[in-house]
Amino acid sequence: MIDYLALAPEIIIAATAVVVLLADLWLVRKYWTAIIAVVGTTAAAIPLIVMAVSTVGDRELFGGSYVVDPFALVMKGVFLMAGYVVLLMSFSYVESDNYYEGEYYFLLLVSILGSLVLGSARDLISLFVGIELVASPMYVLAGFRKGDLKSNEAALKYYLLGVLASALLLYGSSFVFGLTGSLTFDGIASVAGGLVHEPAFVMAVLFILAGIGFKVSAVPFHFWAPDTYEGAPTPITAYLSVSSKAAGFVALLAVAYRAFGPASATWAPVVWVLAALSMTIANLSALKQDNIVRMLAYSSISHAGFMLVPFVVAPYVGADGLGNAVAATVTYLIIYAFMNLGAFALVIAGSRKAGSGTVDGWAGMATYAPGLAFLGAVFFFGLAGIPPLAGWFAKFVMFRVVLTAGSGWAVGLAVVAALNSVVAIYYYARVVKAMWMDPVPATVPDREVREAAVPVPLALALGITAAIVLVVGAAPGLVTFFSDATKTLAGGG
Amino acid sequence: MAWFDNGWGLSLIVFLPIAGALVILLAPKKNLTAIKSFGLTFTALPVLLAAIMIARFDYGAGSAFQFGTDLSWIASINARYHIGIDGISFPLLVLSTVLTMLAVIYTFNHWPEPHNPKAFMALILVLGTAMNGTFVALDLVLFFVFFELVLLPMYFMIGIWGDKTMMKVPGFRIEAETRLYAAIKFFVFTLFGSAFMLLGFLALYYRSGEVAPFVRTFDIPTLIQAGSQGAFTGTFAFLVFGALFLGFAVKVPMWPLHTWLPDAHTAAPTVGSVLLAGILLKLGSYGFIRISLPILPEEAHHWAPAIAILAVIGIIYGALACLAQSDMKRLIAFSSVGHMGFVMLGISTLTVVGINAAVIGMVAHGLITGLLFFVAGSMAHRYHTREMAKLGGNQKLMPKMGAILGFTAIASLGLPGLAGFWGEFMSLVGSYNPALGLNLGVFRTAMVVGAIGTVLTAGYMLWMLQRVNLGEPSGEWGSHALVDADVYELTAWVPLMVLIVAVGVFPKLVFGATNGAVAALVAKAFGG
Repeated sequence: MIDYLALAPEIIIAATAVVVLLADLWLVRKYWTAIIAVVGTTAAAIPLIVMAVSTVGDRELFGGSYVVDPFALVMKGVFLMAGYVVLLMSFSYVESDNYYEGEYYFLLLVSILGSLVLGSARDLISLFVGIELVASPMYVLAGFRKGDLKSNEAALKYYLLGVLASALLLYGSSFVFGLTGSLTFDGIASVAGGLVHEPAFVMAVLFILAGIGFKVSAVPFHFWAPDTYEGAPTPITAYLSVSSKAAGFVALLAVAYRAFGPASATWAPVVWVLAALSMTIANLSALKQDNIVRMLAYSSISHAGFMLVPFVVAPYVGADGLGNAVAATVTYLIIYAFMNLGAFALVIAGSRKAGSGTVDGWAGMATYAPGLAFLGAVFFFGLAGIPPLAGWFAKFVMFRVVLTAGSGWAVGLAVVAALNSVVAIYYYARVVKAMWMDPVPATVPDREVREAAVPVPLALALGITAAIVLVVGAAPGLVTFFSDATKTLAGGG
Repeated sequence: MAWFDNGWGLSLIVFLPIAGALVILLAPKKNLTAIKSFGLTFTALPVLLAAIMIARFDYGAGSAFQFGTDLSWIASINARYHIGIDGISFPLLVLSTVLTMLAVIYTFNHWPEPHNPKAFMALILVLGTAMNGTFVALDLVLFFVFFELVLLPMYFMIGIWGDKTMMKVPGFRIEAETRLYAAIKFFVFTLFGSAFMLLGFLALYYRSGEVAPFVRTFDIPTLIQAGSQGAFTGTFAFLVFGALFLGFAVKVPMWPLHTWLPDAHTAAPTVGSVLLAGILLKLGSYGFIRISLPILPEEAHHWAPAIAILAVIGIIYGALACLAQSDMKRLIAFSSVGHMGFVMLGISTLTVVGINAAVIGMVAHGLITGLLFFVAGSMAHRYHTREMAKLGGNQKLMPKMGAILGFTAIASLGLPGLAGFWGEFMSLVGSYNPALGLNLGVFRTAMVVGAIGTVLTAGYMLWMLQRVNLGEPSGEWGSHALVDADVYELTAWVPLMVLIVAVGVFPKLVFGATNGAVAALVAKAFGG
């Protein structure tokens, strides 16, 4: 018998997507499709909460391929929250540019559905289905600004490299199936320990890592990210840099700690290199960016590097340490999600007022939009990891995991990360400096544009994310309450 | 008063200013009176509470942490809201509350350009919380958060209200406004240090799980206990001390990590300079005394000669740099490098005398240099220049201002009877007789060089006085109506002058609190 409660969030989102598509056919006022999407996303959270408070343990479906455990619940919660904020950001953005609203929300909901599937995926097939379900709608949405060449380029680049990544992932998965005779993560884990010296297995692991590396945009698989981020509609960029990246990390966490847990000595050195390269190269590239979205693109690559750091301790620690490593990445992911969503919401609001999306174009924003300038300081210094904004805690738990592993390699990576977090301050501070300390440029739009009120849904998105960034910075226990629950992912079982 | 003694008093001192900042953010922008009165209220209340603490502090038990509390904060990493003050942090906390309040009073009549009282006042208050918090934190994570919290308000203070003249950026062929260059330089330098400091904290946390009671902890008293029993030794301790050293030494700042300081002090608005010199620098030297020394006593022994050498280089370098300055504010900034050199020299001796000297040196430097920056700021405000070559004859133009400047400069050069004397004198005495096992040659040489430094200090301070105060005023100022020190300025300055004399004549005001705590610290860590 199928546990329908366990599948309820997915079913609700899928149903909402269908309703949106149908409503789009008959409704004249297209903004109703957005409202339906928001209501559906909110409703999908209800079964999650019911499952979270229920005393039934892990819910396994389809022979262990699909599991609703604390990790899945927390990640699904994050995906829904992030999706909710992205929907709020999309409201005025989509309305203002004559997009096909119904299709837009339909595709976004399908992608959210994919991320929910991914949270529970515990075998290679459902993992692949989840990843594709997240990515495929995004190929279309990245090119949604059809008249804009940059948007076309964004979609094409994302599509080509995304498909390549999928191919790598599938190819690696086929090897793993051939070598282990199993598709479920637990089945793979039970024999992976004996295969670590098998070249084909090592290659398969590398292929899968590379495939997921594209999804999380880790260096050297990051080349699509800056162009795609710049060209795509900004809410979609926010989604790509948060939900889509988080989906990649969920896949990586499940694969690395569950399926290939016993083979951690094989993949940890690779992740070490990916993490070090991602942090360093992305940071150095971000220093030169004048376009704020492009800067955020590189910043999100470097954050992916930071999130990869806890993985490297896997070969050196026991079950307790593995749990901490999972929790560290999840903590980072949650905090990063809200800081970055906030930053992109700010980009939408700020670009409209300043009539520009460049650092210089935003100069002097504090004089005509002090509220946005304040939020700029909150989000950008949050991303830089300056207390008392939430980002410090994300970095803190990351450092804590690597420094308590008792390994020289891990400490070395911690030093790389520390240096990078210093470099990062420069480009984040540059935006804040422009907003607060530079004179207003001549190109700034008329008074009525630059002092127009921020649309309510967008203001709501800004408010939610800013509140989370400020409160979590002072009371990080709010996040660890959830991220600690995900430790069980590494516990085997 | 049980609630007061059990953490509430201290917590209020720490969090009232930031609460005030929130209230001010909600106040209407036009209502200057409201902004002023909120600012004063939320900085005067901590002073009042600190005064009550002065009355209630148990001076006989100065080594014990008092008025504290220990509550759960971030359970999953065992970081706690553990606060408390002992004889070492107490005088610094009082200094911090007083100086913040005086800064607010001074600001009433000196809003720097661009005129934005609301934001400026809010930033002073946030800074107040960060500084007070650092001195009371007894948990490494809490300490880290407060230590870093000073960055944001100071960054904005320098960057928005700082010096708008253009300067050439060293190493690049571009020009930038001084305020922008100084703000980011301050930020990056401090962050560089504190990133490594954080790694050091985490390393201590990791290792603390391997000694009794086998629980990983960030708790400073627990770590001190473990450290005094030899829990942290070898290469591990060497690296950790080095990481902490980077964090604290940048903040102090010690030569050669000091280069952010002259830029930041010179560029900052007056109140920013006062708080930067008066309090922020002490966060670094306080970190050495509170964390590095007692937790890693063995490494402190190994590093002490190096710290002493860097400290005296700082003293001489600071003095020579002062002699080469033409900008009054920059001269005072460089004098901080020298004075903090004496503080660090005192700490490096690892003796009761030396560390007492360091604490009173910190308090004195906070009072004196704070006041110097106040006066320099007010003069720059009137003359619209900080070039000493143009300022001669100030004593005739503004007698009160000139007298206060003269008094403060003399205090700064360490005249006996004023506060500055004790720190310099005792740190030299301490380095004649450093802790057992330290290289006598190094420390006695340091003492001699430091003594030469005091002479140079007297030299540049008197030279500054001669150029600024004495002589005939240049004709340039004849047409200006120069207003002598006004009531707001005097309200802010007179308490500082009183304290300078009081601490100078009666140093027991500080030693009465510190001595017991320092003696216990030294006995526990270095067995002397």
